[in-house]
Amino acid sequence: MLDLFPNLHYLSFGEGGWGPNMLRGLFSTLQIALGAYALGLTIGLVGALGKLHGGPITKLLLEIYTTLIRAVPELVLILLLYYAGTAALNSFLEWMGQKPVDISGLVAGILVLGFVMGAYSTEVIRGAIRAIPVGQMEAAQAYGMSRFTLLKRITIPAMIPFAISGLSNLWLIVMKDTALLAVVGFTELAMTTRQAAGITRSYLMFYLAAACLYLLLTLVSNVLFRYLEKRARRGQPELA
Amino acid sequence: MRWDWIPTYFPDFVDGLIITLQLLSMSIIIGMCFAIPIGLVQVTGPRWLGRIAQGFCTVVRGTPLLIQLWLLYYGIGSLFPSIPWIRESWMWPYLRDAFPYALLAFSISVAGYEGEVMRGAFKSVPKGELEAARSFGMSRFTILRRIWLPRALQNVLPTLAGEFVLTLKSTPLAATITVFDVYGVGTVVRQETYRIYEPLLFIAGIYIVLTGIIVLFFRWLENRVPRAV
Repeated sequence: MLDLFPNLHYLSFGEGGWGPNMLRGLFSTLQIALGAYALGLTIGLVGALGKLHGGPITKLLLEIYTTLIRAVPELVLILLLYYAGTAALNSFLEWMGQKPVDISGLVAGILVLGFVMGAYSTEVIRGAIRAIPVGQMEAAQAYGMSRFTLLKRITIPAMIPFAISGLSNLWLIVMKDTALLAVVGFTELAMTTRQAAGITRSYLMFYLAAACLYLLLTLVSNVLFRYLEKRARRGQPELA
Repeated sequence: MRWDWIPTYFPDFVDGLIITLQLLSMSIIIGMCFAIPIGLVQVTGPRWLGRIAQGFCTVVRGTPLLIQLWLLYYGIGSLFPSIPWIRESWMWPYLRDAFPYALLAFSISVAGYEGEVMRGAFKSVPKGELEAARSFGMSRFTILRRIWLPRALQNVLPTLAGEFVLTLKSTPLAATITVFDVYGVGTVVRQETYRIYEPLLFIAGIYIVLTGIIVLFFRWLENRVPRAV
């Protein structure tokens, strides 16, 4: 029989094993994904409110943002935003009389992916807010709630049951999109795998191991989101 | 901003565009051929087959396409040269080329994602329509061909349009295994001209146009489908 994995010890945690590196890669993948997701949700909430209640110019700008971001491949966006973002930041710092900085891969990855995810979550959250019965918001206004209180007490809690399935999809997407950062050279799980595979020449084994790690993240997230969805939808009729 | 490199590289971009379109259309066709049965066995058919199909969808949708692509090209692809009879067979020229691996990876991806979409689509067809077809004496295959599949596809046309746009947007990943699609050509231009933004903006424009074409095509298709109900 063909021995597929003669070098299983490369995955170990001992001498010459890539286990610790792979785990470190997994950890930075998680960090980037969580950061980008949080940023994306913030942009999404602000963007959705802007799209629903903003003036004509805000609406137009947000429409351009969501349309363009969703029409261009993530890989191209990551490259564009990474180079343009660092260049813009450094010229801004120069204008302020500061020294240019080298942005860490982690921060850049979070910012770039967060900006991309913002466009997707804007659409998800906008749809969810529109699904809230108008009467609920009118009732809150009739109680004399300020706009911020209304948002905090009514809009966000009432929107979550409608948004949660879309948002859980987005989380899975952002987690898988972190792998794209390997193409720009950030050291996350995909990049670590590539290095390990190249050095040990056990390509199949390392890519399979990485696939298993990503799959594990997805499965755990699925369980978590199923629980969250159940919690968010408690007291509501089952979806068809 | 300088754009004077466009005439020089225009033929390359046309070649790249052809590769992108080939990769997209072929992987959609091959992928859908598998997605339809994958969706179908999860709704009807034996339990164990449905489980396998479900597992396939979970694995495909749960791992990054980039990793799948590298797994196939660098992982599986690295096994072939060590097997002597393969090197002498007619398959060898194809196995050395990157395009078949990209096509395989993208077809699997389409099969996984659209299999899930088709599962929902088959489920969404009202039972009464299928019962009516059966009472007309149609065979199971005829029901599928004449009623179930057309109605299912009709229901998910907008979803499929969105999914195929996602597929289009993931085709640049093929450039990471040396397939020279539009993005790959753009990378070469960036390396040769030392321009950072212009080639990226140019390919971004190409993808926006392609996305627009897919969206418009599906809108046209949706309007052509008669909506009796």
